[in-house]
Formats: sequence, structure tokens, C-alpha cells
Amino acid sequence: MSLGSIVPREEKGFPFNLVICGVGGQGNVLGTQVIARAAVCAGLEVATGDTLGVSQRGGSVLSHVRLLREKRYGPLIPRHQAAVILGFEPLETLRAFSVYGNPQTKVLMNARPNYPLQVLLGESSYPSLEKIKGLLSRAGGVLKVIDAAPLALKAGSLLAQNIVLVGALTGIGWLPLPEEAFQAALKETFSPGALSVNRRAFQQGLRLGYLLFKNNLKSQDP
Amino acid sequence: MGFLPTVALDQPGKKVFLSGNEAFARGALEAGVAYATSYPGSPTAEVLEILSALAKTFNFYVEWSVNEKVAMEGAAAASFAGLRSLVVMKCDGLNVAFDFLTSLALAGTKGGMVILVGDDPGAHSSAKEEDSRYLGKLAHIPVLEPADPQEAKEAMVAAFELSEFLRQPVMLRSVTRVCHAGGDVALSKLQRINRLPFLDREERFITWIEFHATAETKIAQAAAWGENTPLNTYVGPERTKWLLITEGPCFYYAREAVVLLGWEEKVGILKLGMVWPLPEEFLKKHLMHAEKVIFGEEVEPFTEENVKALVAQYGKQMGFINFYGKKSGHVAGPAGPGLGEMNPDIIMQALKRIEEEEQGLPVPQEREESLVAPGELPNRELAFCPGCPHRASFWALKGALELDGRGGFVLGDIGCYTLGKGRTGYNLLQTMHAMGSGAGLACGFGQLSRFGFNQPVVAVGGDSTFYHAIIPALVNAKYNQADFLLVILDNETTAMTGHQPHPGTGLRATGEGAEKIALEEIVAGLKIPLFISDPYAVDETRAIIFRLLQEKGPRVLILRRTCALIAAKTKKPRVYVDPARCLGDACGCARFCSRVFACPANIWDEEKGKAVIDEVICNGCGVCASLCPQRAIVVEEAVLVS
Repeated sequence: MSLGSIVPREEKGFPFNLVICGVGGQGNVLGTQVIARAAVCAGLEVATGDTLGVSQRGGSVLSHVRLLREKRYGPLIPRHQAAVILGFEPLETLRAFSVYGNPQTKVLMNARPNYPLQVLLGESSYPSLEKIKGLLSRAGGVLKVIDAAPLALKAGSLLAQNIVLVGALTGIGWLPLPEEAFQAALKETFSPGALSVNRRAFQQGLRLGYLLFKNNLKSQDP
Repeated sequence: MGFLPTVALDQPGKKVFLSGNEAFARGALEAGVAYATSYPGSPTAEVLEILSALAKTFNFYVEWSVNEKVAMEGAAAASFAGLRSLVVMKCDGLNVAFDFLTSLALAGTKGGMVILVGDDPGAHSSAKEEDSRYLGKLAHIPVLEPADPQEAKEAMVAAFELSEFLRQPVMLRSVTRVCHAGGDVALSKLQRINRLPFLDREERFITWIEFHATAETKIAQAAAWGENTPLNTYVGPERTKWLLITEGPCFYYAREAVVLLGWEEKVGILKLGMVWPLPEEFLKKHLMHAEKVIFGEEVEPFTEENVKALVAQYGKQMGFINFYGKKSGHVAGPAGPGLGEMNPDIIMQALKRIEEEEQGLPVPQEREESLVAPGELPNRELAFCPGCPHRASFWALKGALELDGRGGFVLGDIGCYTLGKGRTGYNLLQTMHAMGSGAGLACGFGQLSRFGFNQPVVAVGGDSTFYHAIIPALVNAKYNQADFLLVILDNETTAMTGHQPHPGTGLRATGEGAEKIALEEIVAGLKIPLFISDPYAVDETRAIIFRLLQEKGPRVLILRRTCALIAAKTKKPRVYVDPARCLGDACGCARFCSRVFACPANIWDEEKGKAVIDEVICNGCGVCASLCPQRAIVVEEAVLVS
């Protein structure tokens, strides 16, 4: 199958297929929920699918988010049909791209690695960030890399990296969703106690996303 | 009322985003559920959690039961008293409750009773991928299966109504791709049913052979109901030679495959929302014109077998049909037919292959240009979380068994500690089956000394598992004096499924206090020698285990330490490597902390050639600090996490 033939058959950009990937504990599922709720607030239909369960225990976690108009779809994106991949972790981004990416897929990736057991045991090596970036740039469409941890810390909690990344994806303008929909979605998702830190995290990401978009930067590093 | 989650909004007509599990809970609210029980199991664990948070507001009863059989019996009692009741479990749990279910189906029910069972095709968070549709059929009860969250809600309401109509429990079978899927769901009216629970002196719910016939009659009534339910649907051309029979999320996979191939005018798709009993007239209507019938279902060829039997039954009315599915091998994922999950690509490949065979063309080899060579990427094996007490427990066990040197071994069961079968638990587990089976198997090994067997036997089991299924095995061990050490890995919660409370936690499902039923009091009641240790105190724990390995009869050691994920929420000491003291590869420890002890928070700085701790994921247990031969790891005073 040639690469040309695996370009998605989209009708006016729908279904819009987004893959969110990372490692158990990074908050994929919550990030997925925020985007899905924003979509419903914006009047779209949505289908999501999470692979979780024992995922808190260091496994790969992958969520499918499909923004829809009129027609319902299932929770799984077919191979090579992702419009956008939001990667919470570099190795997982590469893994997800190899299954769901195509030459037009846009990728927003968090730069912080999480090492698998077999890398810690010295049985295999973790590809360098440069190598991962190179592979993704060559195989896919646009690639942007950010470091969400410091922004999450600034917002008040390292755990809010997921919402920083969702904010950045919104700011960069790759989703067919307006920013206002996310404000409503955040309110729906988080209890009053957790809302303010996540709002700040979203704003941190959003600002960085705008910047990446406006200045057409590859990453937040100068 | 404060923060009311979207699942509980009283706004009929509003569209909200709900996960499948939320939609099941919403369906129960819309059906006026009065009584809900469960033992947590993925993929359905969240359903009772969601209901627990709403029980007070909506005035219904929820309970985490100690196991699925008791949960189902409680729900049945509520039904006998006329209330609508729900019991939730995973497929493995249905096995536990199955003895009761096969009896219940002969005795019947009164108030609507729904059994929600979560199957896990592909075993994302299970040990096996059992297909519980067979059990529903065997029990003589109807089985409904929704395709997405919207249908999850609707099927729940329909199941309650059908159950009340039949006076029979109805099984709602779901798969991970519905439970853990999400979608926009249109809310309907919340219903409160005010019924006074009452069991009339004349009412009897007795399991007896004469009621087998009653159960068969009810199944026939259910089949008639199935002819008209909107849960069974057909999309596609009026008369078609290609008929795809699907159910659950496979319906959507099939439709997307057909759209991607551009075969909308060629292939009809039939969705069974009631998978047992079959709506025969509805099926016959579409089978009548079909020449090729393809099955998209998970996991086993359940519907394939049932439809083939139906076609054989009505052979004269049917034309000649070619069947394509798991039996023919056409509908198969990478693991093979009848193994693992379905997805749109699998259905698409199956359709293409059938077409190519018909055209007489050779089947083209699946060849895909790999964009980034995924085979080269390191996989992520499951590992205990950073700071997990089980890692320390297994390390101590390993040390004690090596010290003993008689070939002692460890038997396990189901829980986070199942991962002790892998490297994160130093591959110690040599058996792993059902809840409580480690202790049960130990009862058997523990009787073999009369044949000259002298290996020490250790069974491990979790705290929640202890209440669920270990107690009978332990009573058996005491009664028959089996020689083994039971190690209860007590992390004070049901960790694997998301930290649900159990009888030892002093909390009930709704968060209200309960009197703690301490593990040690139950063990003490059996007069079995009992010891308690902290797994983080590795040396001490190892010494106790070694001593206990030398003794006879049943013995119990409780290794108690709160799950690290819970502990880190309140107190998290900072742990770091002092680079001045870490000798790196010159130490001779073979990178003990990261490579041997293998905690994911202990990583290696390749540039500096020294150990370092990933403070983002470290949960601050400090066990690595106590094991480092150079004492190079520092644990700072615990700080309260805001």
C-alpha cells in the first residue's frame, strides 16, 4: 500500500481524527474528556476511545478523539487516519505516529521522556529526542515540540501538564474548536477545587500555542 | 446542591459528553434504579463509583459488595421486594456469580433487575478475554449489547423494562470500547419510582426443575420483544447480497469500513442490539436475499454460530449462503480469528479479501511501508508504580526464598500484584489464575509433604481479594493443616480498579464510615499464627519471611503499606541521589537502583554516568535509599502536598 493511498478520505474535514498518546498517569483520559466536552459545547458530535485499565502502571495509553458532524462513528480511528497527534511523551508519539500518522498528520509533542522498564534495565535504548523529531518531521506534516512541565508548575501543579498540552493544541489552531468552548469544558470537567489550577494551566498552554502559531516556531526554544 | 456532574443533570433533551460507563449510570437513573451493587472490575468499575457519588442526592442504595455473587444476591433480593436493581461486574465476576445466576433464571425476579457485565476483548485490563454472551445464553436470560454511549443509556432503560415484563433478570453485555468510549448523549427525563419494597407471603422465588420450562417460555417472549426493539437495526440497500451482521462497536467499525471502501450500495449492515435470543423474523428478512454473510463480533463466533443454526433451521426458505467470519478465518485481527479486538481495518481487510476471492484474484500480500519502524521502539512492559509497596514486598520475598535455598515458590492471583509474574516483581509468581486461587493452590501444595515434597510454599493475595475469595481457602488451610505461608499484600485499598473501599478500609461506597473488619482479626479468629510487617522495612520483612518459611502448618504475614498513589496525594518526601556519593558504574552495584531494583523513578543519567531520580514520577517511598550499597540516595523530610 503506497503512502499516497492512505491519505484519509475526509468530507469537509470530518470526521476529524485526533490521537492523544502518552504513558499511564499522565492524564490522557482527562485531556481527552476536556476536548470531547469542548466539542459537544461547540455543537459537534464526538466519539472517543481510551485504552486504559492497568495503564496507571507504566503502560502506553492511547486515546482516540473523533469530532463529527451528522454521522456517528465508532471509537477507533483506522490506521493512518489521524489529522493530528497530541503526544504527551516522545516515544509514545513516535509509536502512535507509526500506526495512525500519514504524511499530512500534524504533531504536537511534549519533550519530556518517560523511560520504559527495558530501557532502565539496559536492554534497549531510548531513541534520542533529535532522532524522534527527525523521524516525525520526515514522515509527517508539521511538528511542534514543547516542554509542558515548567508551564504546569507555573500554573500550580505538575499534574496539569495534560491541560497545558490541550491549551497549546487549542492555541496553535489545529482543532476545529473555538477557545470559548474549552472554558465551558473545563468548568464541566473539574470540581471547583481543581478548576482554577487547570484554568491557569490551559491559559499557559494557550499562550504558548498562539506563540508557536504566530511565529511559526518549531518549538518554544529560541 | 453544589457541583453536579453532567451525568446527573435534570435537563431532558440536552446533549452532553458521557463515557459509556457514565451513560450506563445515567440509564440507571433514568430507569429509576433503587438498589445498585458491584465488585469493582475493569472495564465497568466506574459505573458504581459514579452511582455512589449520586446515591444520597437521588436517594437510592449503593454497595461495594465483597464479591460478585453476594452483589448479585443483594440485587436479586431488592428485585424480589419489587424494586429496580442493578448489579455490575466484569466477565470474570460473572463466573463467580454464575451459580446463583443459573438458579435465579429458573426462580425469576419481580422488580426490573439488570446485570451489567463488562467484557474486555484484547484484555486491555484483564488476564483473559472471556465472552460472557455464552453465559447469558446458558443461564436462559436475554442479553442486550449497546454499540456506543447513547445506546448504553438506552439499552439500560430497555433492559429494566424487559426484565420487569419478563420477570427475569436481563444481562447487559458491554465491551471495553463502549465502557471506555465517550460520546455525545442526549439526556432523557430522570425517573424516580416510589415503590414500597414488599415480599408478599404468597410470593416464592424457588429454583426447581419444573421452572426450566418457564425459563424457556420467557426466552421465547424475549425473542418476540426483540423483533420490535429499535436496538436491532439495519442500514443499507433494501435487498443486498452482502450482509454484514454486527453488534456493539463492531457496527461502527463495519460502517466505517464500508464507507472507506465506497461500498455503501453493495453491503447491508445489520446490528443486533439484542444478541440473545435472536430476533428470528428480523434476521430471516435480511438473510433471505443474502448470498454472503459476514460476521463482525467480539470475541468468539457466538452470533456466527447462532445465525448458522438459524439458517440451518429454516433451510428451505433460505438461498445458498456463504458465511465469512471466525470459522472461515476471513474476519481476523493480527492475533488470528476469534482472538482479540475488532477494528475498522480488520473488517475492511475481510471485505476486500472476500471480494478478491470472488473475482478469482490472488489475495495480495498485506504490505505496508513502515513510517518509523515500530518494531525498533522499546515496548512498555507493565511495571509496579514508583513507590509501590508490592515492589518492596517481592524484593523481600525474593531475598528470603534465595536465603532459604530449598526451591520455595510463590503463587499469586488477581490484583496489582499480578504484575509479580513479570520483571517488576522479579518473575516470582509461578501461578496466576482467579481471585483467591493462590491460597487455594497453596492448600494443595501444602499437603504434598507426605509424598516427600519439601519446597516452601508461599501464596500472595491482596487485601480486597482476601475478603472476596481468600477467606474460604484459609479456613480450608486451617481445617486441613496445609503447609504454606500466606502473604497478604495489604495496600489498604482496591488499587487495580481505581481505589475502591473494602471492608478493611472503614468506608462504604458512599464515603460514609463503617466499622473496620481488620484482616488480622479474621486471621486471629482462625487461630492461625499471624505476623505483620511494613514492606518498606525490607531487611526486617525479609528476616520475618525467612523465619516463617521454616515453619509448618498455615501461617499468615500481613505486609501493610498504603498504595503509593494514595500516599503521595497527602505526603511526598523528596528523594534524590547525592552525586558526590553515587559512584556510577565504578560502584560495582550494576546500577542497582535502576536496573536491579527496577523502579521507574530510578533512572540513569547517561551523560554523568550516575544514578538520578525522576522527581516527577517518584512517589517518595525511600526504599531505594535503604537498599543503595553506597547510601547515595537521600530522603528528605516528608512535605505535605497541597
